[in-house]
Amino acid sequence: MKRFAPFLLLVILILFPLLVRDDYHQHLMILVLMWVVIGAGWNVIAGYTGQVSFGDAAFFGTGAYTAGLFATKLSISPWWAMAAGGVAAMAVAFPFGWICFRLRGAYFALATLALNEVMRHIATIWEDLTGGMVGILIIQTFVSKVPYYYIALALAVAAVIGVQAVMGSKWGYYFVSIREDQDAAESLGIDTHLYKMISLNIAAFLTGMAGSLYMNYMGFIDPEVVFSLHDISIMAILVGIVGGVGTVYGPVVGAFIMVAVHEFFRTGFFGFFKGLAALTGSQAITTLAKYVMQAHVLGFGILVVVVILVLPNGIVGDWKKITGWLPLGGGRRSAA
Amino acid sequence: MEVFLQTLVAGILKGGLYGLIGIGMTLIMGVMGIINLAHGQLMMVGMYITFVCFHYLGIDPYFALLVSMPALFLLGVAIQKYTLNPLIEVESILPENQVLMTVGIGMVLTEVARFIFSSDYKSVQTSYSSSSFFIGEISFSLALTIAFFIAVAFTLFMFWFLLRTDLGRSIRATAQDKDAALLMGVNAQRITILTFGIGSALVAAAGTLLMPIYYLFPDIGGPFTRKAFVITILGGLGSTVGAIFGGLTLGLAEAFGATYIGMAFDDMIGLVIFILVLIFLPSGFKRITKV
Amino acid sequence: MRFFEVKNLVKYFGGLAAVNDVSFEVKEGEIFGLIGPNGSGKTTIFNLISNFHSPTSGSVLFKGRDITGLKTHRICKARIARTFQVVKPLGRMTVLDNVVAAAFSRAKTKHEARDLAMETLEFCGLAHRKDMLAKSLPIGERKRLEITRAMATLPELLLLDETAAGLNPSELVEAIDLIRKIREKGVTIIIVEHIMKVIMTISDRIHAINFGRTIAEGTPGEVANHPAVIEAYLGEAYARG
Repeated sequence: MKRFAPFLLLVILILFPLLVRDDYHQHLMILVLMWVVIGAGWNVIAGYTGQVSFGDAAFFGTGAYTAGLFATKLSISPWWAMAAGGVAAMAVAFPFGWICFRLRGAYFALATLALNEVMRHIATIWEDLTGGMVGILIIQTFVSKVPYYYIALALAVAAVIGVQAVMGSKWGYYFVSIREDQDAAESLGIDTHLYKMISLNIAAFLTGMAGSLYMNYMGFIDPEVVFSLHDISIMAILVGIVGGVGTVYGPVVGAFIMVAVHEFFRTGFFGFFKGLAALTGSQAITTLAKYVMQAHVLGFGILVVVVILVLPNGIVGDWKKITGWLPLGGGRRSAA
Repeated sequence: MEVFLQTLVAGILKGGLYGLIGIGMTLIMGVMGIINLAHGQLMMVGMYITFVCFHYLGIDPYFALLVSMPALFLLGVAIQKYTLNPLIEVESILPENQVLMTVGIGMVLTEVARFIFSSDYKSVQTSYSSSSFFIGEISFSLALTIAFFIAVAFTLFMFWFLLRTDLGRSIRATAQDKDAALLMGVNAQRITILTFGIGSALVAAAGTLLMPIYYLFPDIGGPFTRKAFVITILGGLGSTVGAIFGGLTLGLAEAFGATYIGMAFDDMIGLVIFILVLIFLPSGFKRITKV
Repeated sequence: MRFFEVKNLVKYFGGLAAVNDVSFEVKEGEIFGLIGPNGSGKTTIFNLISNFHSPTSGSVLFKGRDITGLKTHRICKARIARTFQVVKPLGRMTVLDNVVAAAFSRAKTKHEARDLAMETLEFCGLAHRKDMLAKSLPIGERKRLEITRAMATLPELLLLDETAAGLNPSELVEAIDLIRKIREKGVTIIIVEHIMKVIMTISDRIHAINFGRTIAEGTPGEVANHPAVIEAYLGEAYARG
């Protein structure tokens, strides 16, 4: 059964737009698939290689802007920019990694944070190229969501399969070795600098592609959106952690959960508060509903705190721990 | 020349406050080996406390120090005790969990502030907020000058505390060598908790002192967190003297940058310094990399 | 051509000389012992050879080639492998994966790497643990995993850093057997060891250092009876009881 689960999931995902025809749910699924790609990338560099990135937005934004600039400056179809977005993100990742991987640990995490900020500032200040705060607006290729859905699905499937293939190869062994003990890895003949670079560039490529997809799909970007620390970089970390650190399907689980959580807050607990306000006619609840709907960042913050404390290896990674909490089932021993 | 001197003065005054921010961060860095990415957000909380004291209770910002510092000390203690220390025992793949935790805490603090105070800009307009005096041709903002001297006083007090008191010595011992400190009977858990409290109280003081001349909104924490880590990195991570040096450097760099390059680049300057340190002075990072 | 040679190696940490003008030569196929009291600079010499630290001055020559300052992973590629005194298992990987990761430095395909890893595990007597996570191995077997991993990189020279420390008597016998087996395979060994019984039984020649300086070199018998060694090393050991 377990072996067929991915195929079953894939079949469901392929059939999804035929079964669920409303734009809203299709939109959410496109976002989920996009986050699968980003999460898979983050998982490669952070989950498998142990170099935690706090600045995925730098790569996401670079990919998004590449797609946008292709369309506005070069009049080339932004779809061509899908790969170019990935490559552009690698062009950012390469010199960055070259410098930062000379040093270890928390230092890299901080540097990624700085990179995130630098890229946002560049996008804001370099108005001639990027349009500054105004951002970039392009005309979407399709009216229907379905084509975007399938493109996102193809990308997500390719990302997951690609990561799985990489992790089964020599590179994968090397990445995990570096995470577990860099000195030991180096002494076993692993060029840790080189393989950290490879890992970072895989992550950047995937994240950049996701950025290009976002540009194409949403039709609008500005620096605050695509270089957002909270909405992109932290979200990427959450997708990576919640699902399962260093597991192939972790980002898939994480993307579903995090987009749901995001939406849960954005819509005021899926309209619960709005409904309640309408039902009771209470002004206070209407006000509360408004606050709740703005509170997704708070929700994220609380989630970061709780997840790190309770499920630092995510739902897939800490599955035994979770089953241990349940009063039923075989997990009781591990709870003791 | 006059512009130059004026900029120099502004930079030094600002640098004094940055030093205070940096010392708090440095202490936490030294004792726990992590960068506290909620540092600016803690300062933001201190600023809102000052704002409330002034607007609702009529307390002058300088007296509000007596409220904001103890309050933030307690907040810092709670954060360390209930969120950071428990992580030491959690088995996790990612080594940066504590840093990540501080990011989460920063987000929570910012959003709670937004809940209570909305995103609007707030400020504290005291009688002396915009007054200044002159020495020669150079103008000194009164509030900033007072802030500078109080910051210097706190800094000197911290030196006395770290060098002359038992608790201060325990903190320094823990920062230098945790295992050795443990062997010598230092209760490391208690030290980390107190250190986070003290660090938070110091950054709250900086925030309170800035209030008469600065504006306030929930997202102000992020930029100050970045400033704090630039200061700490410039100062060589974990060194208290270094934090003062780093604070002054950043204060001066920002002042000269704003004067000679342009206001728009104000926030960018810290990042540029960060990158330059990254490329040219990586050995300054030895402590954090634990090599 | 000399097989392996360390020439006038010097390493300063701060103002202190951890290794001060140490030279020795190792012949192909021998077991070369490196002894000295705690903190005398033995592990530092290993770290200088594998370039975890770069030497302040001096050089390391391997089969006629100057390998001083070569990056650590290149040293491994040049067929010098090492183990660590404080073992460094890749904790959340299985024992097999630990060894496969090492075997990739020689194998072209994953298949080859697995074969080489299994072969090495059999050789080192750790095959029955292959599916266990490295972090859950008992200490004796962690030490064995260190050796197995190093052997999977197919070294010509193996640096063993205190492999016998912390082992119980029966494990000790097994460890000595394994080291001899490795030598019979044609691998030259430099061994740092604190347990005199081990190093005196298996070494062909011994080099003794104290405070980072050479104090004696010769056969186990010669070194054990050398006054400087007795004073520096055995004297200290006996005094501590």
